[in-house]
Amino acid sequence: MSEHRNNSQKMTYREALRAGIEQCLNDDERTFLMGEDVGRYGGCYGVSKGLFEHYGAERIIDTPLCESGFVGVGIGAALGGMRPIVEVMTVNFSLLAMDQIVNSAATLRHMSGGQLNVPVVIRMACGAGLQLAAQHSHSWENLYAHIPGLKVLSPATHNDARYMLLQAIKDLDPVIIFEHVMLLNNQGEVFSEPEADMEKALVRKQGRDITLLTYGGSLPKVLMAAAELEALNINVEVVDLRCLRPLDTSTILASVKKTHRVIIIDEGWKTGSLAGELSAIIMEQAFWYLDAPVQRICTQEVPIPYPSHLEQAALPQVEKIISCAQRLFEGKQ
Amino acid sequence: MNDKLHLDKAHLLEQLKQMLRIRLFEEKCAELYTQEKIRGFLHLYIGEEAIAVGVMAALSPQDEIVATYREHGHALARGLSMKSVLAEMYGRTNGCSKGRGGSMHLFDKKQHFYGGNAIVGGGLPLAAGLALANKKLKKTAITVCFFGEGAVAEGEFHESMNLAVLWQLPVLFICENNRYAMGTALALSESEINIAKKAQSYGMTAVQVDGMNVVNVEAVTTKAVEHIRTHQQPYFLECKSYRFRGHSSFDGQLYRDKEEVEQWKKHGPVMQLKRWLIQNHQLNEKDLNVIESQIKQEIVEAINFAEQGLWEPVADLCKDVYSPSIQKINGKADQGGLA
Ligand SMILES: Cc1ncc(C[n+]2csc(CCOP(=O)(O)OP(=O)(O)O)c2C)c(N)n1
Repeated sequence: MSEHRNNSQKMTYREALRAGIEQCLNDDERTFLMGEDVGRYGGCYGVSKGLFEHYGAERIIDTPLCESGFVGVGIGAALGGMRPIVEVMTVNFSLLAMDQIVNSAATLRHMSGGQLNVPVVIRMACGAGLQLAAQHSHSWENLYAHIPGLKVLSPATHNDARYMLLQAIKDLDPVIIFEHVMLLNNQGEVFSEPEADMEKALVRKQGRDITLLTYGGSLPKVLMAAAELEALNINVEVVDLRCLRPLDTSTILASVKKTHRVIIIDEGWKTGSLAGELSAIIMEQAFWYLDAPVQRICTQEVPIPYPSHLEQAALPQVEKIISCAQRLFEGKQ
Repeated sequence: MNDKLHLDKAHLLEQLKQMLRIRLFEEKCAELYTQEKIRGFLHLYIGEEAIAVGVMAALSPQDEIVATYREHGHALARGLSMKSVLAEMYGRTNGCSKGRGGSMHLFDKKQHFYGGNAIVGGGLPLAAGLALANKKLKKTAITVCFFGEGAVAEGEFHESMNLAVLWQLPVLFICENNRYAMGTALALSESEINIAKKAQSYGMTAVQVDGMNVVNVEAVTTKAVEHIRTHQQPYFLECKSYRFRGHSSFDGQLYRDKEEVEQWKKHGPVMQLKRWLIQNHQLNEKDLNVIESQIKQEIVEAINFAEQGLWEPVADLCKDVYSPSIQKINGKADQGGLA
C-alpha cells in the first residue's frame, strides 16, 4: 500500500483516540472537549486521561450528570460558532440526550431552510463484552444511523480511531462517533495520515469467494474468521463500513458483485438492525449477482445477560461466522 | 449520639451487626472481584452503611424499595439473603435475579426490592410510579427511593420531584450525598449544593441528616415515614455521607486527596457506633468477636452457596424477555445464518 504506512506507530486504540482529540484541540481554538468526568477523572474509559492537566478547565470541561443538558449545550455552542467535541460516556446514556441529537442537531439545518448548521461531534463508547449486563451493553449505532441529518462513524481500526475525529470536526454537520469498548486496550498501527475520506468504506482484506460486511467492534472477529476460512479454502473479502450514515453503497456493491455471497456481521439486535438495511440494499441493487441468500449474524433478541457464557452466546462470534460461511458453500463444493 | 428514638441496647447491637454485615461482605466481595469470581462493575457501599441500615429499620415489609447500582447494602439491610445476593454477583441461577443481572441489578419481589437501576436518575420516576400505584390501590405501603447526589443534575430528578408533589405521592426520596459522582465533586456539578433545598423548592418537606450516624438516620426516617403515611405526601432526606472506596472496580481516585478519605474514615458509621457502645459499656471485645464471627460464618456459607450455584444453560439464553404467553411465539433462540 501507499507510503504513509511505512512510518507507522504502535499504540492502543485508546491512545489513538486521545491523540486525535489532542490534535483537534491544537488545530482549532474553537474546539473544546466536554462531558461527564472527561477532566479530573480522565474519562470513564481513560480516553481523555492527562488532557485536563495539559489544556485546563476551559477546554476540558467536566459536566454534571445531565446528558440532555450538556449535549444540547454542545449543539448550541456549535450553532454559535464553536467546534465542540461532546463525550457521552456510553451510548447507553445517550438515550437521555437523544431528543437534542435527533430533534435539534439533526434537523436545524433543514428546518431553517439551510441557514444554520451544527458542526458538533458527539463521541460515545458502545458495545458489549465486559459483563456489564442489560443496561450497559448496548449497540445502538443503528438508532443514529436511522436519522437523516446525522453522520455516523464507527472507527474499527487504530488509524481510524486516530484520524476520524479530525475529519468529523471539519464537517459542517453533526457527526456521531462510536468507540467500541472491546477495542480500547488493543494495540495496533497508526499511520501518518488517514487511509480514506471518513465516508468511505474500506476493503480490509481482498478476496473472491465471499464478502464479510461489518463495522466497529466486530471487525477483529471478522478478520479472525477470515483467516480461518482461508485455511478452509474459502477466500474471503472483508469490507469495513466505517461510516454507517451515509453508507458507501458503491464499495459494498462492488464487493458483492465480485464475490456473489455476503454475510453481514452486526452487533446490533437483528430485528430492525443495520444489517437488515444493508441486506435490503444488496437485494435491491445486486440481487442478480447473488449466488446465495444474504446472511446476517447479529446479537440474539435478548437484553444482554450478565454471566459471561450467556453474554458471549448472545453476541456474534468467530465460530458463528465460520460455520455460516461454510454452510453457504455446502451446496456448491 | 443523641437519643431521639427509644433505643435499647439490643436494637443498637442489631444495627451495628447489620452495618458490619454489609462492611465485611463487601470487603470479601472486593477480594472475590480480584479473583474474578465477580465480574463487570462492582460499586462498593463501604462508608455509607448507616443510611441503608437506618432507613430499612424504619420501614414495614410491604414498603417498596428502589435502589441504584450501589445497592448491596440496601439489599442486605432489606432482608435479601446474603447467599442469594452473592450468587447473583457470581452470575449463577440461584442468585436473586437468577444470575441475569449481577451486582448492579439485584431484585427480589418478595422483599419489594425493585433493584438495582444502573442508569443514574432512572429509579426516581419508577419510584414515583410505584407510589402512584399504591395510592390508587389504597395500600398503606410507601415507596423509598435511593439515589446519589449525582442524580440531582439529571432532568428525571426534577421531573420526579414535581410529579411527586403535584400528585401528592407517598414516596420517600433518599439522596445519598457521598460528595462525589464518580470523579466529580458536588461543588463542581451543582450551582446550589444544598440538595434538600432543591426538593423544598418543589414544595416538599426535605431535611438534611448526618448519614454517618445510623441512629440519626433511623430517627429522621421514622418521622418521615409517619408523615408520608398520615398525609400521603412525599418527603425528602439528604443523607450526608462519604464513600471510602473508589467509584467502582476501576478508579485511580485522582480527583481527591488520600488525606480527605482518611479524615472521613475517622467518622465512619461502623466505627462511630462501635465507639459509642463501648464507651457507654454496652459492648465489649468479646461481644464484638461473637458478632463478627457470626457474620464471617454467614459469608462462608454465602460463598459455598454461590460456588455451588449452576450456570444457566445457553439453550435458555432468550428466556424471560417476554411473559410466558408471548415468549412461546417469539422467544426461540435464533441461531443466525440459513434457516
Ligand atoms: C444516565 C447515566 N449517566 C452516566 C452514568 C455513568 N455513571 C454511573 S454512576 C455515576 C456517578 C453517579 O454518582 P452519584 O449519583 O453521586 O452516586 P454514587 O455513585 O456516588 O453512589 C456515573 C456518572 C450512568 N450510569 N447513567
